[in-house]
Amino acid sequence: MTDDTAPAVDTVEALDAREALNVKGLSPFQMARKRYFHHKGAAVSTVVMAILLFIVVFAPLTARYGVNQQVLDISEGKNQYLSPRSIAWMGTDQIGRDLFSRLIWGVRTSLFIGVSSAILSVIIGTAVGAIAGLRGGWFDDIMMRVTDLFLAFPFIVIIIIMRAFLGAVPWITGIIGDVSSIRFIIALFAIFGWMGVARLVRGQVLALKEREFIEAARAVGASNTRIVLSHLLPNSIGPILIALTLSVIGAIVGESTLSFFGLGPQPGADAVSLGQLVELSAEGAKQGNWWMVVFPCGALVLLAICINFIGDGMRDAVDAKMDIGG
Amino acid sequence: MIASLLSLKDLRVTFRTMNGQVSAVRGVDLDVAPGEMVGVVGESGSGKSVTFLGIMGLLPNSAIISGSATVDGIELVGAENKTMRKVRGKKIAMIFQDPLSALNPVYRVGDQIVEMIQSHQHLSKSAASARAVELLDIVGIPQPKQRSRQYPHEFSGGMRQRVMIAMAISNDPDVLIADEPTTALDVTVQAQILEVIQRIQKEMNKAVVMITHDLGVIARVADRVQVMYAGRVVERAGVDELFSHPTHPYSEGLLNSLPRVGQSRLQPIPGRPPNMLRPPDGCAFSARCEYALDVCRTGMPELRRVGPSMTACIRAAELTLGVKA
Amino acid sequence: MGGCVLLRFIVRRLLWVGPTIVFVTFLVYIAIRIGFNPEASYMRANPRATEAKVQQYKDVNGLYEGAWGYVRGYFRWLWQFVQGPDAWPRSIKGRAEVWPPLRYSIFNTLRLAGIASMIGIPVGLGIGILAARKPGSWFDSIANTTAFFAGAVPPFVSGVVLQLVFAVQLGWLPVGGVYSPGHQGFDLVLMIKHLILPVSVVIIQTVAGYSRYMRASLLDVKSSDFVRTARAKGLSERTVLFRHGVRNAMIPIVTVLALDIGALIGGLIITEKIFNYPGMGVFFINASGKGDFPQLMPYMVIIVTSILLFNLLADVTYAFLDPRIRLD
Repeated sequence: MTDDTAPAVDTVEALDAREALNVKGLSPFQMARKRYFHHKGAAVSTVVMAILLFIVVFAPLTARYGVNQQVLDISEGKNQYLSPRSIAWMGTDQIGRDLFSRLIWGVRTSLFIGVSSAILSVIIGTAVGAIAGLRGGWFDDIMMRVTDLFLAFPFIVIIIIMRAFLGAVPWITGIIGDVSSIRFIIALFAIFGWMGVARLVRGQVLALKEREFIEAARAVGASNTRIVLSHLLPNSIGPILIALTLSVIGAIVGESTLSFFGLGPQPGADAVSLGQLVELSAEGAKQGNWWMVVFPCGALVLLAICINFIGDGMRDAVDAKMDIGG
Repeated sequence: MIASLLSLKDLRVTFRTMNGQVSAVRGVDLDVAPGEMVGVVGESGSGKSVTFLGIMGLLPNSAIISGSATVDGIELVGAENKTMRKVRGKKIAMIFQDPLSALNPVYRVGDQIVEMIQSHQHLSKSAASARAVELLDIVGIPQPKQRSRQYPHEFSGGMRQRVMIAMAISNDPDVLIADEPTTALDVTVQAQILEVIQRIQKEMNKAVVMITHDLGVIARVADRVQVMYAGRVVERAGVDELFSHPTHPYSEGLLNSLPRVGQSRLQPIPGRPPNMLRPPDGCAFSARCEYALDVCRTGMPELRRVGPSMTACIRAAELTLGVKA
Repeated sequence: MGGCVLLRFIVRRLLWVGPTIVFVTFLVYIAIRIGFNPEASYMRANPRATEAKVQQYKDVNGLYEGAWGYVRGYFRWLWQFVQGPDAWPRSIKGRAEVWPPLRYSIFNTLRLAGIASMIGIPVGLGIGILAARKPGSWFDSIANTTAFFAGAVPPFVSGVVLQLVFAVQLGWLPVGGVYSPGHQGFDLVLMIKHLILPVSVVIIQTVAGYSRYMRASLLDVKSSDFVRTARAKGLSERTVLFRHGVRNAMIPIVTVLALDIGALIGGLIITEKIFNYPGMGVFFINASGKGDFPQLMPYMVIIVTSILLFNLLADVTYAFLDPRIRLD
């Protein structure tokens, strides 16, 4: 709204008058932040996620027991599948382990998987999408055809096939680890998650490419790299952040889905993933142990909803049309 | 005086936004008679477009409109939807700034004109189509019959604007409101479009409101002018009178900022327009006015007569304003 | 004229579809052979098979080694494939034919996905339109929030929960399958009863997705200049909404719709697994679990073909709906 091309005025009265009449302009970031918190779901979710993150990051302190620690003696078949009580807030499982603690450890692992693969996806996807959008030409063509094709396939089919493929090639597993490891699944989601991000970023770059400020930058002699780094990327932060949140939740739900089919990560004796807990919930359902279903699935749903809200809030934050309107 | 067809009295438009209420239009009066073209001049943010979008009911729901606006006796402010539908396109027609985005890209041009015709007249499809072709011809589009079967993106900017004009006059409206019709066009094409609009104004005796920020446009086609600043009218004058004897410092500033042959430095008006979230008391232009006195900042100046013009400057009578040599 | 250009475009793309299918299925072939190791899978499935039998399996399926072997193997497989289901190699378990269970799976998936889509998509679009008509209204808030939550909850959670509530606890509806085990013959009512839960799960996802998509697209279109022009012409709100708003908002949606439908034939893997519904999804899970090469390849070819054809349909429809798109 304010016109920065107006020439400076030097008289004291003029400066005073200007101060009195102009409301302090807010920077784009501040405006975005305002719009973000105007979205109540996003605001609440941010708080919830912050609390959750605090709990899981400090898991050694906040979890009451270790991952595989038996709460009570289960020999002779007693003390299995205890319902929630003071010694185990969310009940125990078949081996007498505290579900509450395992849930914290599980969410920690899964969040780690989700965030890591999302960050990798976004880095790769942004790079590819930006280059494709900026350069155009054959690179763009090929990339778009390839990503289109991959994105059209049912996601699970691709993941299952690629999991098998990547897991069977020795030199690949040498780098990213064995099929059941956490490293592997992070790599798997990163490798097949960047395509959606690339499309988003490419779209944004194409839209920005034609805008005058890019022309202006070129006219001043900015190199392509500089244009990408200093002009295009900062203006694409919105869609990139949104893609990031969607990737995180996609990876977390994906991990759970794979576990559902028995193909999820098996982090070994020292850790557990949310997907594993969800997988065990199916059994728990059949035996009527409601806590085994409610808490892990509830955690998953809570994560999904919160992260989705955050993504929605970000979408609102970057949409300037929100400003005029009730 | 000929009875005016379109009449605005104390029109106000306020927007509810996340940051508070923005007073975009703060009391505008206007009268347009048939056969005359009134130019409405102002910078971006002066409220010139919002005023007319407001009376047509084309603003988002967050806009609050008060005051009065009558066309041929029908009150528009607070009117029911049914009434507005009869007015839009039939009594008042609008021509918008960017014809590429103002025309629906997926329908043929002829069909869009037919849609306009059929919404107000009982004509068969073929009769309406024929009329559409006639209208395209009237606005000067060559090969109108073939071109009516084409899509908007197949026209050049000037031709597209002619299509919009054809569409606007298709129901023989009494009033035409042209919102910056030439801003998106090349200079050479601008003259042609202005000529088309003026021809329609005179031959069909329509009342035309020409909204623009370009004084050149005003000089060319307008009969009378209203200068708007910060949501209010600051000067109302005949075209010749405005250019030779402006009566408001803002008008003077506008005239002076026009580049002239032989100038060594451009003379813009210093400062910036005020933020309408907290509109200033008193004269909104006083912060940038070289003739401002303390009294200018306190009370809201009403329009008063100075010579043949109306002006909102309380010092107009004693000042001699004009283009500085 | 426009129609002729469209036809040439379609023909040109169709000519490309064939080679693309071959190329993509070749890549799939490589991935499956490496990923699922058909030879080892065969031996796993038939632990008492003799060397001769294993070799015969390898020969019949053309499982040659080495890079050139893969190419030869692929074309051998392709040659057998195009000769029709009778020429296809048999499954690794029990030497059963591949085509009958595959066909059964296709029908089942088409039934499930078809019904769910025919209900879910129009309902979803309709809700989206109604919501965008009056943004901020109570309908909009409720519809948007519900769609949001329905979409955020992962499908297997909603499936398991629905199953728990309606089938296990309340016993109103059967737990799964097309019919109850052991049922013979065709019974429409029973079939419908069995379909209700799985179809509902899919409909929830579909309605959630399409309603939000249409709402977003329509709101976007509603704020464009030509909608303002349409209103300025004095048209009724309904005409403005449908003839200008929805007509333009549908353009991006139709493309996504075509692609979605193309992928449906792969099966709704999660839903089918939860409800034990013998569709293409379950077929794939079983086949990939066993590493059943003779089953996996036809499955993949069907999916690839469907996706590529619907991809073409998406492009054609887009060009048809939006005259700004140049087809050359």
